[in-house]
Amino acid sequence: MEENINLACTPLIAKHKKLGAKLAPFGGWLMPIQYSGIIEEHNWARTNAGLFDICHMGEFTIEADLTKSNLGDLLTVNLNSMSDGSCRYGFMLNEKGGIIDDLVVYRISEFQWMMVVNAATTNTDEAHLRKYLNSATHIENISTYLGKLDLQGPESGNVLKGLVGEDLQLKYYTFGYFNLLGEKIIISRTGYTGELGYELYMPNKKIIELWDKILTDKLVRPVGLGARDTLRLEIGYSLYGQDIDKNTTPLEAGLEYFIDWGKEFMGKAALKKEKDAGLPKKMISFASGSRRSPRHNYHIVHKGEDIGSVTSGSFSPSLGVGIGMGYVSREVKVGELVDLVEGSVTINAKVVSKPFYKKGSVKCEGLKK
Amino acid sequence: MNIPDNLFYTKDHEWVKIDGDNAKFGITDFAQSSLGDITFIDLPKIGVKVKQSGLYATVESVKAASDVYAPLSGELLKINDELVNHPELVNKSPYESGWFSIIKISDAAEKDKLMTPEEYKNYVEGLSK
Repeated sequence: MEENINLACTPLIAKHKKLGAKLAPFGGWLMPIQYSGIIEEHNWARTNAGLFDICHMGEFTIEADLTKSNLGDLLTVNLNSMSDGSCRYGFMLNEKGGIIDDLVVYRISEFQWMMVVNAATTNTDEAHLRKYLNSATHIENISTYLGKLDLQGPESGNVLKGLVGEDLQLKYYTFGYFNLLGEKIIISRTGYTGELGYELYMPNKKIIELWDKILTDKLVRPVGLGARDTLRLEIGYSLYGQDIDKNTTPLEAGLEYFIDWGKEFMGKAALKKEKDAGLPKKMISFASGSRRSPRHNYHIVHKGEDIGSVTSGSFSPSLGVGIGMGYVSREVKVGELVDLVEGSVTINAKVVSKPFYKKGSVKCEGLKK
Repeated sequence: MNIPDNLFYTKDHEWVKIDGDNAKFGITDFAQSSLGDITFIDLPKIGVKVKQSGLYATVESVKAASDVYAPLSGELLKINDELVNHPELVNKSPYESGWFSIIKISDAAEKDKLMTPEEYKNYVEGLSK
């Protein structure tokens, strides 16, 4: 496998190989795409608990006193309104309003923050932050030190209760410190699947031990990036580098909800201008009437005119039909018909609202009995 | 890797079962394993004439859509209707219930271009090196 020579590996690579995983490059890393099969792993995460190796993602710790630091000016997230132990999703934008990265900010204390970013963008994010942050801000890239495992699915809370010895009692988008394997680690109730789920930040030196320990629970099975992609797409979550990038804005991507217009941030003027002038393109979601599935780059045709292209498309294991999303240059309303076209293939689809899959346990109260 | 002795093969990972003037097609165990979970199969209609190595069907897995080429030239006599609602049969049983179609062979000489089980086994082993 010569093409894999320049790829990074997580500490779990030998575990994945032993489990018989199919490996493929993702964001500069050699990652497990599937173990037993994408559909089986997908369904397992929707009904039990799936364990994901997410060690490739980047983490920064940031010391910033918001009265002196300009950290908030680089993010669409309103840091001032966050409380200790809360997380918030948002963006780092360039001057044009384009998305440098989508990320989750953790407020550890008034002066301490953690930022979790995409694997492929970790280095450009760091360079951007170092270029613009003032001297009242101290940033450290801890990605090579810190590992991350995601445990996602309706049973994930019960599994963690058994592991930690107590009910975590975390509300959606909050986190806490918990003792596990002799370390005090951050566990947040966050994820990328639409199910009740948690992200565990463990130093890399103990990641293998944590992986093995979680997998001793019979309700847990490993899930690869293939099913991670179908799980996130069924909820309508964007994938950086595919659905959003530096040439798309959060407004175009339909993610205005995560913009706080009441504060200043880099890219705000451009977004404001775009909002006033009208968007040149807008993300829509569609579901096909059959098992035939739209794919990345298929043309979106509306009333005979090519109006855009598919950014993400896949078979939806939960719904049994093809689903996808993509940008279009004119307004198309929910319920309208579009064709997804590539060569001789034409897929009839209907524009739908997100999420595609509406039965996820993501915001459930308490643990499943 | 399951490679039955009684079949012929192509470098595009289709199998062929010759039965007199007719030939039954499908994709190999190696092909289904490489594709992963198969979610949709588009087969030509009965009566359509296919050409050896010509595009003949599309197989979609969760991750991607792939082309399938006809192993021999001929006219389609039968297709496996079960695959419309149960494409996963190709993953579960690529050589039996996951068959694709049966054709009436139009040029028997084309059989010489097919691989024997032994040749196909060597070919697949060469790919995974």
